[in-house]
Amino acid sequence: MHIPDGLLSAPVSLASVALSAVALGTACARARRDLSARRASTLGVTAAFVFAAQMLNFPVAGGTSGHLVGGVLAAVLVGPSAAVVVMTAVLVLQCLVFGDGGLLALGANVLNMAVLHPLVGFALYRAVAGRTGPAGVRGIAGVAFGSWVATVVAAAACAGELTLSGIAPSSVVLPAMVGVHAVIGLGEALIAALVVATVLRLRPELLRRAPSAARGSAVSAALMGLSVSLSLALFVSPFACTWPDGLERAVERLGIVPSHAQLSLPTPLRGYTVPGLGSSWFATSMAALLGTTIVFVICLVIGRALTPTRLRPPPADAEASRS
Amino acid sequence: MSGAHWLRSYAHLDSPVHRAPAWLKLLATLALVTGVAFVPVAHSIWTAPILAAVLVVARVARVPLWAFLARLAIVQPFVLSVAVLALFQGRGLDVSLAIALKSTACVALVQLLANSTPFPEILQVLQRARVPRALVVALALLHRYLHVLVEESSRMRRARAARTWKTGRWAAWRSLSSVVAISFVRSVARVERIAAAMRARGWS
Repeated sequence: MHIPDGLLSAPVSLASVALSAVALGTACARARRDLSARRASTLGVTAAFVFAAQMLNFPVAGGTSGHLVGGVLAAVLVGPSAAVVVMTAVLVLQCLVFGDGGLLALGANVLNMAVLHPLVGFALYRAVAGRTGPAGVRGIAGVAFGSWVATVVAAAACAGELTLSGIAPSSVVLPAMVGVHAVIGLGEALIAALVVATVLRLRPELLRRAPSAARGSAVSAALMGLSVSLSLALFVSPFACTWPDGLERAVERLGIVPSHAQLSLPTPLRGYTVPGLGSSWFATSMAALLGTTIVFVICLVIGRALTPTRLRPPPADAEASRS
Repeated sequence: MSGAHWLRSYAHLDSPVHRAPAWLKLLATLALVTGVAFVPVAHSIWTAPILAAVLVVARVARVPLWAFLARLAIVQPFVLSVAVLALFQGRGLDVSLAIALKSTACVALVQLLANSTPFPEILQVLQRARVPRALVVALALLHRYLHVLVEESSRMRRARAARTWKTGRWAAWRSLSSVVAISFVRSVARVERIAAAMRARGWS
């Protein structure tokens, strides 16, 4: 999912740099409040762990292989705002030292994998897990489900950025990216759930202090939410209804965009949006709904299977027979 | 992608390129990448001389040419798939070639920076540029702990390879995910010891 340089157009690069800079600044301000030496080392090891985990490829069906993104995992381990910092650090190091992901595309990569991935995933994890935290079936299932959705959302955002840059029409890029990452996301969900379950089993104190530590002001929370929803609206909404003519005009008038951007727009998109808009879009969203539901059930099974037994509430009959 | 050779950096060598100030190299790289990335397709042939120049400078910096080219190849699958996609969309060979050429040149530029500038120097530049301290600290610790972690996981992988002689897809999946999970717990333990040692020596 790392976008290299030379694929994004100038407006998309600049917009994503601005959005991720706002999100990162907010996250840094929130994370700094509890950046004690001890906690800083936790940030460091989480970042190093995410980096190392991203280097391990796991086999996916059909000869392709995927790797972990790890944003949701980091968010559950160190809290959402620290996770944004951790994931940005991983991406900056990958870009500057290993050439994975472009320098100008860093803004977009940070937005997809360091802002959207941990925040979207963490929000879903909180929704599923409730107040109980990561311990228990709901917690593990929440980690798994949040990871899967976050991976798909990040892939969709990546496709959206490529489309807005005029590199390929959304009718090709979006199904390809989302399809592949819906499968990769299952691996992400399984591994993230397994890591959290293992940490719960062996070092539960690492998780206990983490999520409660980050509590920021309402303003910074609102800023963060705003930047996330803004970026979602910017990069994902083009697929929701029609191609935004206004934006396209604006981009053309600015004249910064490479000349091939205009070439890319005409036929495929028009064929995609105009004729069967209602029915095809309805079918797509039904399929998405169905797929998401199935994955949610899978995640519940994962949560059930991976929850350490001593964290589960003891069944009633076992309690009765013991007494 | 097995870790060790991929992690090797030539930033510690000594050459005129290595001795140049880090901020200059960072700024020049950023400027050149910007220039290359936004060059119009019709003129993208101009990125070829830049690519050649990067290879020459890499030679001056005594980075082994073969290792340098291998690094470039790592990111090519993604670029090539997009370039081929553009070809199949009927946008012509020149657009595909432009995409491939431009992004290869950008990757080469960043690789040159990475292999001629020690990472702590880049961090100092970032700190002077007022990048938030939380991020700089996270980057510094990430760089510090990365090798610890990679060694830890490659040790575990070797142990697994020694114990198992048959690896199906399912077995690979199971052992991989447990390796990831256990390696996190093990490296947290190691990093806590390292962090205690760092604090004992006055790091704050």
